[in-house]
Amino acid sequence: MIEVRGLTKRYGGTVAVEDLGFGVRPGSVTGFLGPNGSGKSTTMRMIMGLDRPDAGHVTIGGRPYRGLSWPLREVGALLEARTFHPGRSARSHLAALAAGGGIEAERVDAVLETVGLTSVAGKRAGSFSLGMAQRLGIAAALLGDPPVLLFDEPVNGLDPEGVRWIRELMRSLAAEGRTVLLSSHLISEMALTADHLVVIGSGRLLADTSVAELTASGRSLEEAFFALTEASATYTGATRAGEGTRR
Amino acid sequence: MSTMTYRPAHGGHYGLRQAARMEWIKLRSLRSTAYALLLTVVGMVTMGVVTMANTKPPHGAAKVASFDPTNNVLAGVALGQLIVGVLGVLVVTGEYSTGTIRSTLAAIPDRRMALAAKAAVFGALALVLGEAVTFVTFLAGRRALAADVPHPSLGDPDVLRAILLSGAYLALVGLMGIGVGAITRHTASAIGALVGITFVLPALLSGTTGTVVAKFFPTMIAGNSLAVTVPVDGMLSPWAGFVVLCGYSAALLAVGGRLLVRRDA
Repeated sequence: MIEVRGLTKRYGGTVAVEDLGFGVRPGSVTGFLGPNGSGKSTTMRMIMGLDRPDAGHVTIGGRPYRGLSWPLREVGALLEARTFHPGRSARSHLAALAAGGGIEAERVDAVLETVGLTSVAGKRAGSFSLGMAQRLGIAAALLGDPPVLLFDEPVNGLDPEGVRWIRELMRSLAAEGRTVLLSSHLISEMALTADHLVVIGSGRLLADTSVAELTASGRSLEEAFFALTEASATYTGATRAGEGTRR
Repeated sequence: MSTMTYRPAHGGHYGLRQAARMEWIKLRSLRSTAYALLLTVVGMVTMGVVTMANTKPPHGAAKVASFDPTNNVLAGVALGQLIVGVLGVLVVTGEYSTGTIRSTLAAIPDRRMALAAKAAVFGALALVLGEAVTFVTFLAGRRALAADVPHPSLGDPDVLRAILLSGAYLALVGLMGIGVGAITRHTASAIGALVGITFVLPALLSGTTGTVVAKFFPTMIAGNSLAVTVPVDGMLSPWAGFVVLCGYSAALLAVGGRLLVRRDA
């Protein structure tokens, strides 16, 4: 469903993603796991056609994102950063996206209900907490009822109840036969949510395996993850002079 | 586990119609749009009325020949262009500063089309507003003229053209704002560039080289080519000025569109 092949992206002299390749299949939740700065968000942006790869390509159902006929009805995405104007209401933000995506206006209220923002739909989105902002982003992803969904760190800012809600949402979307790619740096959350794992470190593929297999290789998923990522050197981009630990 | 086979969304393809509807909803759902447009109307009408109230009857043949109350009443264009230009900049840079651009491009991955939709929707709004406000300003300003001052009328030669082109100028400045916004992607630098081009450079150049270069700057064209019924020496003719302005808008939008396509969002 999502095919990533030979993907490479550099920013200036820094390599963000290098020769990355993996596939994401329908009907299961694929976890996209890696330390902060390992290239998850960059890869997500390249899948969405927002950033242009220096090499390689991504296809969704055989076509690049820019070649989709009705993008929002084919791919839904929650990206890491906020993607709405703080002065606009949640309902207006979604109404604009529905218009741009050729989606029936009725879907706006439906997804607001799904994510639990109905009561604040008319409020300026700038007044939202991080958790509410995440819910608005998820509503936008679900708007077009797409068969392919990308979620970049969706549990950020959510309370325990919200975290569980996300987990169940991911599971049910996959159970409906959709393709779900879920990025996170939270290993324990991945163990509970994902069926399959794509692990990256420093922009390179470290593992493309099922959760069960990876767990079997170490004592726990967490240990297996650290065994993988330690080999892939330091966190890229996270160290500034005088800050953090140098190895 | 049921499997849902990949189902391409029902026929057709997104296009300018969807992109334009999206831009229209975005534009009208921000309060700042309404406030800015209201400020434009109030500011321009007020400046027109005040200018006319202070317009004295001309004395002497030379003064009578160059007397142009239509030009006076449109003094507020200087203010209106700033507000509309900045609003045009924000149509693009406001999306970059808030991250909305990623939502926009997720819906409309064709970036030239996304920019064209912004230009079409905001340009149309600015055109309607511009024409409405220049007409209202003219009619209100004329009433403020002292009884002994010759009153211009819409039927007088060139008066209608001056009003129509001045209204259209506001739309063109809005489009230039969108183009500059797409080029810099940052509010401060885009507004700086726009104000520099419209206000600062022409003032500097007319101080040093007279009208030779200055006559090609948007503000100079607006004030001395478009909004006149009595031609000003050394300036472009109304329609030549208008064509030059259209060229600027098209060029800035073309460059902005090209950069949008090439750069990461």
